[in-house]
Amino acid sequence: MANDQSIGEALRARGISRRGFLKFCAATASMMALPPSMVPGIARALEQARRPSVIWLSFQECTGCTESLTRSHSPTVEGLIFDTISLDYHHTLQAASGSAAEAARVTAMKENWGKYLLVVDGSVPVGNPGFSTIAGVSNMDMLLETAAGAAAIISVGSCAAFGGIPYAKPNPTGALPVSAFLSEYGKRIPNTFGADESGQTDPVDVTGKTVINVSGCPPIPVVITGVLAHFLTFDKLPELDDLGRPLAFYGKSIHDRCYRRPFYDKGLFANSFDDEGAKKGWCLYKLGCKGPTTYNACATTKWNGGTSFPIQSGHPCLGCSQPDFWDGGGFYNSLSTPTEKIARAAVFAAGAAAAVGVALGAANRAKQAHAAKQHEKVTINDLDKGT
Amino acid sequence: MKHMPDRQEIPSCPEPDSVATGNVLPLLYEVRHAVQDLLDNGSETVIDLRAIPLGPGEEERIAETLGRGEVQARLSALGPSEIIETRFPGVWMCTHHNEDGEIIGRFIEVCLVPSLLCSQHEDIRDGLQALDDRLQE
Repeated sequence: MANDQSIGEALRARGISRRGFLKFCAATASMMALPPSMVPGIARALEQARRPSVIWLSFQECTGCTESLTRSHSPTVEGLIFDTISLDYHHTLQAASGSAAEAARVTAMKENWGKYLLVVDGSVPVGNPGFSTIAGVSNMDMLLETAAGAAAIISVGSCAAFGGIPYAKPNPTGALPVSAFLSEYGKRIPNTFGADESGQTDPVDVTGKTVINVSGCPPIPVVITGVLAHFLTFDKLPELDDLGRPLAFYGKSIHDRCYRRPFYDKGLFANSFDDEGAKKGWCLYKLGCKGPTTYNACATTKWNGGTSFPIQSGHPCLGCSQPDFWDGGGFYNSLSTPTEKIARAAVFAAGAAAAVGVALGAANRAKQAHAAKQHEKVTINDLDKGT
Repeated sequence: MKHMPDRQEIPSCPEPDSVATGNVLPLLYEVRHAVQDLLDNGSETVIDLRAIPLGPGEEERIAETLGRGEVQARLSALGPSEIIETRFPGVWMCTHHNEDGEIIGRFIEVCLVPSLLCSQHEDIRDGLQALDDRLQE
């Protein structure tokens, strides 16, 4: 499909009727958390929107975010939006490999300089450029040169948005989220691919570029495409919260929109996974639910085609769309549980009650040292000792 | 003209099971206000059921309460859609599925007829072309 084709034309070329298109727009409006009255406006805008070039870079990640988006085999709304973009580079999905794949990225950048969307999943290791490379190019260099010509940058998944699991203590690769990396390293990027007709290639500063964080481990697929659809529909970025996430999806906490909330308000909790409370569907707060501090759309958008979400399946929310969720204490400790036992902290405090905060810090440092020790490489001698 | 049910005639919701958000009854009142608005001002309303927190079974309770009326239409475009007029004239329940049968959107539309049921100009134009082609074969 040609890039100058509008999205309406692209859908029509696939044999989708006007009714089908309107149904698609109704589902898109619902997905973007927009009022149904905006459907005609969305239809008009999407009909005329040009298919954008999208470059998708994958760094320190598990491919779960791509899986989340592409696992469906039927034409879902998110699938259709994904199909209507011109995905010019995605090294997991594209057929080309090696230098041909890299050439596709360079071509897309040159042809669409300043207009393409850059999607990144995974965090960026700055500890050593060799920790993660693609075609011999470090993640750091690839991100900088691609960010320079992007119209918008979307960090997909908690790894790209907040560092995620690679960023978890003790962060052995020196992982950084995309926004933090660009702020720190994006001052004067050589303009390799965006030379204008006069051959002008001034260095580019990307430190102030807005990065849209679509967090979650993985993010809800319709949230990923909802951001793309918003950009296509309104030709601007959606309104963001203080963590750079689209307010339409991350504006309310899981707790606020949870159908088990009335039980929380009445003080009715499950105390174990198989007690009477659990069987009656009571609140999972005491089993470690992070719903009260987690902002995401799981409770209304749900997963697997709107079938369910973790709490509905009887499992507490892990808080995967929040920064540092991996280091937030045990998944099954309730939010009111201190991350270190006060009794243990008291030992560090040596009886000085005012110094509990200091003691917790000391305990954390001790824990970090222990964790660092645990990450020491296993040698042949160690293996011998175990036998 | 059919008699419009008033507040007292709206059937009471079934007793909630163990999980209830308390959102079912307010939503039904929202529908009632929308019907009044349609009668008084001709204003149409669309309510997105996905935008409201509902517990397991609550969406079904809403569908049960609204029931089925005289019109039931099935649309085949990007997967099936079921568009039914509920037992309350002017209140339509539209459920859109994808081709795997998963629900991708569920709306209560308060209007004379949902616009999706009307033939669309673009499709009519394509259909006319297809008919011409057929006649010239």
